[in-house]
Amino acid sequence: MERETIYEGLVRKGVSRRDFLKFCASTAAVLGLSSSFVPKIAEAMEKKQKPVVVWLEYQDCAGCSESILRASKPTIGQIVLDVVSLEYHETIMAAAGHQAEKSLHDAIKNYKGKYLVVVEGAIPLKDGGVYCTIGGKSAVDLIKEICKDAMAVIAVGNCACFGGVPAAKPNPTGAVGVMDIIKDKPVINLPGCPLNVENFTATVVYFLTFGKLPAVDKLKRPLFAYGKLIHDNCERRGHFDASEYVKAWGDKGHRQGWCLFQMGCKGPFTNHNCPTIRWNEGVSWPVMAGHPCIGCSEPKFWDNNLYAEAEKNSFYAKAVGLAAMAGIANKVKTE
Amino acid sequence: MARLVIDPVTRIEGHLRVEATVNGGKVKDAWSSCTMWRGMEIVLRGKDPRDAWAYAQRACGVCTTVHAIASVRAVEDAIGAKIPDNARILRNIIMANQNVQDHIIHFYHLHALDWVDVVSALKADPVKTSELAKSISSWPKNSATYFKAVQDKVKAFVESGQLGIFSNAYWGHPAYKLPPEANLMAVAHYLEALDVQREIIKIQALLGAKNPHPQTFVVGGQSTPVDPESQNALNADSIAFMLKYADMALEFVEKVYIPDLLAVASFYKEWAGIGGFNNFLACGDWPDANGKMYLPGGVIKNKNLAKIEPLDHKKFKEYITHSWYKYSKGDVGLHPWEGETTPNYTGPKPPYEYLNVEGKYSWGKAIRYEDLPMEVGPLARMLVAYGLGHKDVKEVVDMVLKKLGVGPEALFSTLGRTAARGIETLLMARKTKDYILELAQNMKKADTKIADTDKWDPKTWPKECKGVGLHDAPRGCLAHFVVIKDGKIANYQMVVPSTWNLSPRDHKGQRGPVEEALVGTPVADSKLPLELLRTIHSYDPCMACGMHMIEVREE
Ligand code: SF4
Ligand code: SF4
Repeated sequence: MERETIYEGLVRKGVSRRDFLKFCASTAAVLGLSSSFVPKIAEAMEKKQKPVVVWLEYQDCAGCSESILRASKPTIGQIVLDVVSLEYHETIMAAAGHQAEKSLHDAIKNYKGKYLVVVEGAIPLKDGGVYCTIGGKSAVDLIKEICKDAMAVIAVGNCACFGGVPAAKPNPTGAVGVMDIIKDKPVINLPGCPLNVENFTATVVYFLTFGKLPAVDKLKRPLFAYGKLIHDNCERRGHFDASEYVKAWGDKGHRQGWCLFQMGCKGPFTNHNCPTIRWNEGVSWPVMAGHPCIGCSEPKFWDNNLYAEAEKNSFYAKAVGLAAMAGIANKVKTE
Repeated sequence: MARLVIDPVTRIEGHLRVEATVNGGKVKDAWSSCTMWRGMEIVLRGKDPRDAWAYAQRACGVCTTVHAIASVRAVEDAIGAKIPDNARILRNIIMANQNVQDHIIHFYHLHALDWVDVVSALKADPVKTSELAKSISSWPKNSATYFKAVQDKVKAFVESGQLGIFSNAYWGHPAYKLPPEANLMAVAHYLEALDVQREIIKIQALLGAKNPHPQTFVVGGQSTPVDPESQNALNADSIAFMLKYADMALEFVEKVYIPDLLAVASFYKEWAGIGGFNNFLACGDWPDANGKMYLPGGVIKNKNLAKIEPLDHKKFKEYITHSWYKYSKGDVGLHPWEGETTPNYTGPKPPYEYLNVEGKYSWGKAIRYEDLPMEVGPLARMLVAYGLGHKDVKEVVDMVLKKLGVGPEALFSTLGRTAARGIETLLMARKTKDYILELAQNMKKADTKIADTDKWDPKTWPKECKGVGLHDAPRGCLAHFVVIKDGKIANYQMVVPSTWNLSPRDHKGQRGPVEEALVGTPVADSKLPLELLRTIHSYDPCMACGMHMIEVREE
């Protein structure tokens, strides 16, 4: 049977042409593309069939899955029913046990070379991988088997990208991210703790529209989402420049929205688009709500002190600015 | 005797494996195994106690606030920080909002498909579905046109041949009892609930910057400023914003969740006699200005609601007879304060077919209270409150029992557990509004204090101290234990709800609550374990948290 296109699915779901174009426009905006790309995105959605996606969870907390449940443009209902064909996702799928494993095997067999793999959570390598098994198989064996015939792999959340919480010192289980295991497939990293769902949707749409993954930095993060420092887009930057700092929770500066640098803000060292796209349909983002950025899109951010000022912080002690960050990133990668 | 394995158990958080033996159409024995471990407590060692909440929060992304709250409470207890009233109220709002959203997701997206046959909904008559819906609720989306549209969508979806997350499931299984009309109604509400959970959690997005993993908890209070005179703080606009979503949540719970629960339950009354357990434990939560808890804590043994004992965490003990750890003192039970952390995997080398259930078989420890396994969660909380004569709880529990035409003994079951969760959701949806209004009252008094800032600097702390943080999370009693030395974490432990509920056997061979509850479950087809999933899901397992039962001591 001819599989329907994404647009057909959305129309069937009652989405109007106008709303569809709005969705294309907002995605273009997240991608940082000019409005001239909107027709190209729309065209891809009209012509392309739903991509087959299998979603794998290893050493995770399901926070990134929950983030997907908060999707609004399109909604999770539309994603699951119309935008992608989600063949396997342990947190929400109906089948369990052998029936669940069958869904996975059917998908990778029937759509050989054509499916996208999304990975959430780190993969433990220590002691033969016994720290995470599913259906009796270790996570490391499973991921190799499942990614073998994949078209591309999307790592979501800091755990799948860089090891995240399980890999924080002293990394008791030898946890690593996907790119340390899968070397022969295109891998893209969408870090954050959790991943912001808008960046996920935009990546999938980009992939469908242009037939390739978006341009990335050294850490395989798409530039559209991770190309700029939080600090450079922060609404409190004026206060930073004027040396107006919050000194204590609830003080006058805190209530007036001053800069959180002295409370430990990692915005000057963190590449992420939180200030522009925010969270939960634009309701807020950490600095806006009065809490310093904790740097959750950077490798090894868990080994920093949350509330220590950057210059007092051991990890960032030698780091000043982006150039140094890149140096650290390289070090992290070769470790 | 058939040996059955469910791995992965899906529609839960984390990685759970259940093995069971089946004989004569019934479960004879069962073993529950946590198959993933991250060693978070080891990671926490040596860290700044003020940072602990952020690591601990990542124990679970579904109940995404609960570990953060237990963690800051533990550190506050240790260092003697007193949170101001605004922080107490902000936490109550967040906890109530979490409870409601979490339970809605559980009922509709994790549990419903155990009772609802999606494919059968295609056979429903939309007109009759509308009549059924109208007879139980005044929810505005009850028209035949609406249900027809939902049915058409499902039909087109099924015809597309790409069933996605609905493929290979148990559709047509003889244990499904709902008529097509009730199935169609439930499928419509499954889809609606996907939108509702996203909307109502915006309360947390406002108070905590984002959800999942809100970023607003700090040792000593909260980090989101309160100031009715500022646009950069919580103000009158924020109150209005939160009330909008609190109203939305309450209306959905009153007009959709509770009526659906009653309708579905009425077709599955035999499940009021399946899947029960005897002992229950709640720690209580939602403190008022005087420190009194809205939902009380307590311990119930042997279903005796007439004698509810006060909870004392000193009676906690953890056993590792069947868990992949070793203790220096051998096979003994240790209170969390004295716990040890030595992973000791003795299971089969992956890939494997069966676990060696005679030996060690889980990353979860067996936590016991006075050496007894305990069920925690909404049912435990509702039973403790009911037994103590709690007015609000009694009113809703009695209403539900009356509508279903069953007595209180029906609560000790899979159905009772699922019903208790719904009852609690209604109570917490009401309380969310109360707490938001309480915050507004504080704003009127121009109270802008949000944290005990005197205790922020570690130099003000005792050289050595320890604390406990209790929180009755959506899935049950959660306890974090912290030992602080020279301003650093020397020992950190989490005793979490799924460690109680999904625990393996202990030193005496006593089964954990889920293992015990599964015994006797009817199984129509041992290759399609739908009935087991009903009882397992009724506990709302959350496994990534479950295996953090591991203690760290500075050598
Ligand atoms: S990145 Fe964060 S939210 Fe995502 S799975 Fe890891 S801990 Fe959970
Ligand atoms: S709050 Fe953080 S990101 Fe914003 S200006 Fe200050 S240091 Fe930079």
